[in-house]
Amino acid sequence: MRIAQQSGERIDRDRPVVFRFGETRIGGYEGDTFGSALYAAGLRTFSRSFKYHRTRGLYCCTGHCPNCMMTVDGVPNVRVCVEPLREGAHVKEQNVWGKLDLDVLSITDKVGGPFTPVGFYYRTMIRPRRAWPLYEKVLRNLAGLGRVDERGGHSRRYDVEHRRARVLVVGGSDAGRAAALAAAREGPGVVLVDEGPRRVSELTGVEVLTPARALGIWEGGLVPVDCGTVLYRYRAERIIVATGALEQPIVFPGNDLVGVMLPSAARRLIRDFSIQPGERAVVLGADEPGLEVADDLQEAGVAVQRVVDLRETPVRELEAQRRRGRVRALLVDGEEVACDLVVASGGRQPAYSLLAQAGARVEFDSELGVFVPTTLPPGVEAVGTVTGEGLQKIDVRPKHAGRGKCFVCICEDVTTKDVKRAIAEGFDSIELAKRYTTVTMGPCQGKLCQLASIRLYAQEVRAYESDLGTTTARPPWSPVEMGLLAGRHFEPARRTSLHFRHEEAGARMQWAGPWKRPYAYGERPEDEVRAVHESLGVIDVSTLGKILVEGPEAAALLERLYPNRFADLRPGRIRYGVLTSDGGRIMDDGTIGRLSEELYYVTTTSTGADSVTAWFEWWNAVWGYEAEIVNVTGALAALNLAGPQAREALQRLTEDDVSDEALKYLDAKPLEVAGIPCLALRIGFVGELGYELHCPSPAAEFLWDRLVGDGARPFGLEPQRILRLEKGHVIVGQDTDSESNLLSAAMSWLPKLDKDDFVGKLAVEHFAEREPLERLVGFVMEDGVVPAEGAQIVIEGYPAGRITSARRSEAVGSVIGLAWLPVERADDGTRFEVRVDRRLLGGRVKSGPFYDVDGKRMRS
Amino acid sequence: MSFLLSCPHCGPRPVDEYAFFGEVTRRPEKSENGSPSLRELTEYVYFRDNVAGPQREWWQHRTGCGEWFLAERDTRTNEVLSITLPEPSRKHL
Repeated sequence: MRIAQQSGERIDRDRPVVFRFGETRIGGYEGDTFGSALYAAGLRTFSRSFKYHRTRGLYCCTGHCPNCMMTVDGVPNVRVCVEPLREGAHVKEQNVWGKLDLDVLSITDKVGGPFTPVGFYYRTMIRPRRAWPLYEKVLRNLAGLGRVDERGGHSRRYDVEHRRARVLVVGGSDAGRAAALAAAREGPGVVLVDEGPRRVSELTGVEVLTPARALGIWEGGLVPVDCGTVLYRYRAERIIVATGALEQPIVFPGNDLVGVMLPSAARRLIRDFSIQPGERAVVLGADEPGLEVADDLQEAGVAVQRVVDLRETPVRELEAQRRRGRVRALLVDGEEVACDLVVASGGRQPAYSLLAQAGARVEFDSELGVFVPTTLPPGVEAVGTVTGEGLQKIDVRPKHAGRGKCFVCICEDVTTKDVKRAIAEGFDSIELAKRYTTVTMGPCQGKLCQLASIRLYAQEVRAYESDLGTTTARPPWSPVEMGLLAGRHFEPARRTSLHFRHEEAGARMQWAGPWKRPYAYGERPEDEVRAVHESLGVIDVSTLGKILVEGPEAAALLERLYPNRFADLRPGRIRYGVLTSDGGRIMDDGTIGRLSEELYYVTTTSTGADSVTAWFEWWNAVWGYEAEIVNVTGALAALNLAGPQAREALQRLTEDDVSDEALKYLDAKPLEVAGIPCLALRIGFVGELGYELHCPSPAAEFLWDRLVGDGARPFGLEPQRILRLEKGHVIVGQDTDSESNLLSAAMSWLPKLDKDDFVGKLAVEHFAEREPLERLVGFVMEDGVVPAEGAQIVIEGYPAGRITSARRSEAVGSVIGLAWLPVERADDGTRFEVRVDRRLLGGRVKSGPFYDVDGKRMRS
Repeated sequence: MSFLLSCPHCGPRPVDEYAFFGEVTRRPEKSENGSPSLRELTEYVYFRDNVAGPQREWWQHRTGCGEWFLAERDTRTNEVLSITLPEPSRKHL
């Protein structure tokens, strides 16, 4: 059904393209869209409507309305009227039960009318409550648009790119192009964004993005531009909006039937794709461009039966008559005009949404009869018809006669009756009526229904449009794929420099905050625990936060950041420290080694490195001590060599003296181990003689290989958790929470209240004045069952506390753990019960470490 | 939130490069009259003015140069009225 070649047609008749529509092979030409090729092949019904499943055909042909949405190669809701044709693509209709021309669910249109007013299912399907999941399942199938391809997220790759422009022009109309050229003469950095599908000709000095859509104007002049699979986040010094005006529908009974279309659609079918849109047409127009389409139709061989100029007689009785969902005649003031095409335009409305989002005022211009932008925010300009310039007065008041449905919003299937009903029910502002009826909330985002709904509203409540105003314009202005907003699918993991050694050794890796760490290397973590107790183990502790604090006042800074003392720490010695907030709550812990008079080496928990660094820097921005803070977490790896044989093993790899006299418990000392410069910290987190060897990350694999080759058994995170629990060592964040303070967490020895000041001192002083309500204590289970972490502790039938850690310890010979208990129940030996799988099991408080009570082993 | 904030070192950058650390508070301190009351302490730790209007607040150029600085920002419009580096003092805050 192509007509003779049109001047400026977009199709290339020498290059045919074939694709599949359902099971049928359809041919088109290069330059076609899927929509134009399907129309040329004779398809008229393109979709079924959202709620009533009414037949819908091409309506705007500009990618605004929902009528041509189909699923293309698995991507739902593609507007085929603007989607360029691709060889071999597979196009399917959506939201249809049966066939496009015979949809079973269109029954809702025939009988559903009285039963399907707005919000009906919220009111009728509330009982019985338990049945809602069933209702929902059925309703989801009835209404809605395409189906999301659940594997689609991995089939396409999306990217986000940050860009800058001096001038960003939105819209490739004459005015937009002129503005872009004018800006380009002043210098580089001019970008023009155009929706297409018509190609904007090359503009000297202007970067043209097409087909592309500006999604909105956010604060700070941020304009995200949708280019298919790339989202450009533009920041521009000047934003020039040239979005033009949008042809508006006329509201009359049957205004959504297949065969009713906007002049833009008829014009594009004829001029761009050389398609004759129908046989016999009626033209309804409210302004010059809306009426001129009659000439195009005639040239394309369409018999124009009647041209109705609504400027002469604005009040007309209109009703489209249908046969099988298609228009067959238009009744004009009772007179029947047979036709298969009604080209109807209610005039043009400036496309002001982007301006309104940017903060422009939008007011009703009673001269023109449309809304126009008035005051513009700084940095944003408007040119062309979007300002209202060149528009003619519009006055369309069709009588809503006849019995058919008059659609105000074709996206959401909202009729005049629905809007009237909303008003009658008391939704007396347009913002409320919008939310209740969902008018303007569909895929077109109000492009084709905002004006019509406000006009109708004004008419019903007998108000002026100027008093009603518009609803708030929010981004995005046009629909956007979720994938584009999400960007590329990333799940970043931090890996230590020993990561591949762990994998090679068969470790089960697990997430630990942002890190990947070995859970254990073998099936039984207990074996690794035994190795540490009996001979020698090594664990990768590179994830520990590592911060250098250096300067003449480094001591003074740490003295004020930590509740305990660091000024009196001798060089070469280490002390445990806990950070508290000014509210006295525990934030993080670690060891602090003084390497020299002015240099401290601070370690933090594995997840705390960044936040502790920021915390130190912030306080020093407040206080201004002469000290530098450097986060060296990634630069240094750390290995904890632990077990009774640790000293001999270390001595075999170094010429430095590592005897107990030369490297005492809580000493920090530079060593050369296997030729690698290390900082050795002699500490005992796992309860045995142990050395943390901190070395440059690139040397870690070498050092690891030497230690393991020398007999140290690698142990993972799980064995380490058992080992530390045997010692009763607390893990901040696991055994403490945002409410825990030093006194309740059994660390009352730590804060030094005679210090002048430290972060949290005032709060700790107040805590010290009263007995805490609960306390962190150790416990032993009576019958060897391991309760879940977080399990509830029950005393006399009431919940009274919780378990924070629990493990079976072979060394202790029972199930041990840590728990929060009310103070009066926290004394040594007190019995309590824990809820485990609906049973209550007994446990007893046990103070102090469970293993090596006096700490001889780690000091040995 | 997509406004631009000017780092004292790096100039205007998108706000998502920064960490927000809340409004500037006044840390109670000891005076001749003794320690601050529990009420004063509680107000400092837990209560914020939450003004609708210009507010002095802490920001850090977290994914940039790392500098901590103060901004005066209108919380209603996100207009940034001024940017200053802190004047450190060991006494106050």
